[in-house]
Amino acid sequence: MSYNLKRRQIRDRIIEVLLVLSTVIVLLPLLIIIFHVVINGFSALSWEFFTEELGSPSRAIQGRPTGLVHTIIGTLVVDGLAVVLAVPIGIGAGIMLSEYPDHRLNPLLRVMNDTLNGIPAVLKGLFAFVLIVKPMGTFSGIAGGVALAFVMLPIIARTTESALMSIPWSIREAGLAIGLPRWRVVLSTVMPAARVALVTGTLIAFARAAGEAAPLLFTSFGNNYLPIEWTGMIFGPVDTLPQRLYSLAISPYSEWHSMGWAAAIILLGFVILTFIIARVATRDKFQN
Amino acid sequence: MHQSSNTKEVIRKMPSAMYSWLGDRIFSTVAAILGLTIIAVTLGLAWVLFDEASLSLREFGFIGFLTGSTWDPSVQLQFGAWPFLLGTIVTSFSALLIAFFPAVAVAIFAAEYAPRWLSHIIENLVNLIAAIPSVVIGIWGIFVLAPWLRDSVYMPVYEWAEVNQVWLLPILGNPIGYGIATATIVLALMIVPYTTSLAKDAIKSVPKEQREASRALGATRWEVIRMAVLPYARGGILAGAILSLGRAIGETMAVAMLIGNKNTLPFSIFGSAATMPSVIINEFREAVENIHLSSLMAIGFTLFLISLIVNLAAAWLSRKYSITGGRAV
Repeated sequence: MSYNLKRRQIRDRIIEVLLVLSTVIVLLPLLIIIFHVVINGFSALSWEFFTEELGSPSRAIQGRPTGLVHTIIGTLVVDGLAVVLAVPIGIGAGIMLSEYPDHRLNPLLRVMNDTLNGIPAVLKGLFAFVLIVKPMGTFSGIAGGVALAFVMLPIIARTTESALMSIPWSIREAGLAIGLPRWRVVLSTVMPAARVALVTGTLIAFARAAGEAAPLLFTSFGNNYLPIEWTGMIFGPVDTLPQRLYSLAISPYSEWHSMGWAAAIILLGFVILTFIIARVATRDKFQN
Repeated sequence: MHQSSNTKEVIRKMPSAMYSWLGDRIFSTVAAILGLTIIAVTLGLAWVLFDEASLSLREFGFIGFLTGSTWDPSVQLQFGAWPFLLGTIVTSFSALLIAFFPAVAVAIFAAEYAPRWLSHIIENLVNLIAAIPSVVIGIWGIFVLAPWLRDSVYMPVYEWAEVNQVWLLPILGNPIGYGIATATIVLALMIVPYTTSLAKDAIKSVPKEQREASRALGATRWEVIRMAVLPYARGGILAGAILSLGRAIGETMAVAMLIGNKNTLPFSIFGSAATMPSVIINEFREAVENIHLSSLMAIGFTLFLISLIVNLAAAWLSRKYSITGGRAV
């Protein structure tokens, strides 16, 4: 009997060791990836990286100054367009789901939203290609923005719904009791109360979309130069960080490979920063 | 401001019936329209992919397209999706197979063993894996992981087989570093966070009494988990695994950068291949022929159907096994 107990306890210890080992094995690659990106990325960063255009490959090979200033600006434009498009629609749909829970539309909306969330981003790029690029006849920043908006939409709708649902009904009842119409209750009491969670949800959606390259390859396409007119950012092909990183990485030039690492550290830093801001914001909310 | 003047203000400004009735109508209509936009986007996406694919699907037939193993965009203009379907299935299922047990182990460790602070750190780090853009993992794969795997794993295995087991060589394939094995390993890493976080949620939702009861019967810590916690949480864990499979099927950039992009069968373990998303990425920008574009759209439509089925299966599973009736995951 005690022999049996001993065996069970030993097995218990072995399992514990295996669990710790699995955790280490899973987390180790993360640290290795970040280590390599930081090491290779920092050594490739320079002042020119933020002030010069990329130009043709010969520019990098001959050692003339090149950089990704057009890519950084382009990323901000395309991501900004996506936010402007996705936030009102996503938040509106979230309001629909949480504030009108009995509406006939909602079961369908919930299914469609989850479906949209599960569709691979590359297909959203194909959709934006047919929707925008084909009729316009040219790749464009706005097409990239639309494609990324498709990525953000379902995430924002979902997070908005759960953010608003977390506000107790008594707050709504208090608003209705002093004679506010329902729409004022939502806009002036429920949404301000949920504002931290709303911003967090948008940030998470933003971070997810900002790292996507697949939908941008056939919408905003890429560009080695800054457009001549600023409108070219919206109505012409635009460079974005994830898509440029892909092109640099699969190019045959070693100078471009190290620029790819530099792009990787910028992109990774950008995305991780967004996530940290979102995390810190929610933590504050729980403490107050 | 004084309280009294505020109150007066409020009373003076009491909204008229028109203001609240019309305002409510407008507000709910706008919300409904925005909700309809999402429905329209999803249905529109499905329709557009189908519509664009119809040229190719008419030419080859849906079944013929799926089972055709020739993909030749240059000479014969013959298109069959079987190599990519196979590539997607092989890589995503193998990735799930590799990732599943470590991912669940992390979830068990974080939920049951680790102290609170450590559990928080693990959770954040696992979420960080999901946050890394797939192109960043791709560039790391191209310049660090693939060369390392080639030199210290694939080559030694290949050389050993050359001497001892020659019949293995065609199965192993060319150890250039960019191929199914590398893509699968990276995919496994990328889907771990999804399996882990859903498994952890499922484990956390197991009632305390369940654990206490088996503890009281004299079970060790692991026996509590194996006999009381895991059976209870298996629905959530399974749903998480299927959702992760969906992620693996749709994962695009890292796979396109690492799988070597070969459109012809047969595949081998170390050798190059292609998946449905990777062939779209590689060929869509350069496709000129209408039938080629349409065939790529048909691959997109197939991918849409597969990810739809996988997601519905995961949703159905988590609802079926959930105590709360599937309201929240």
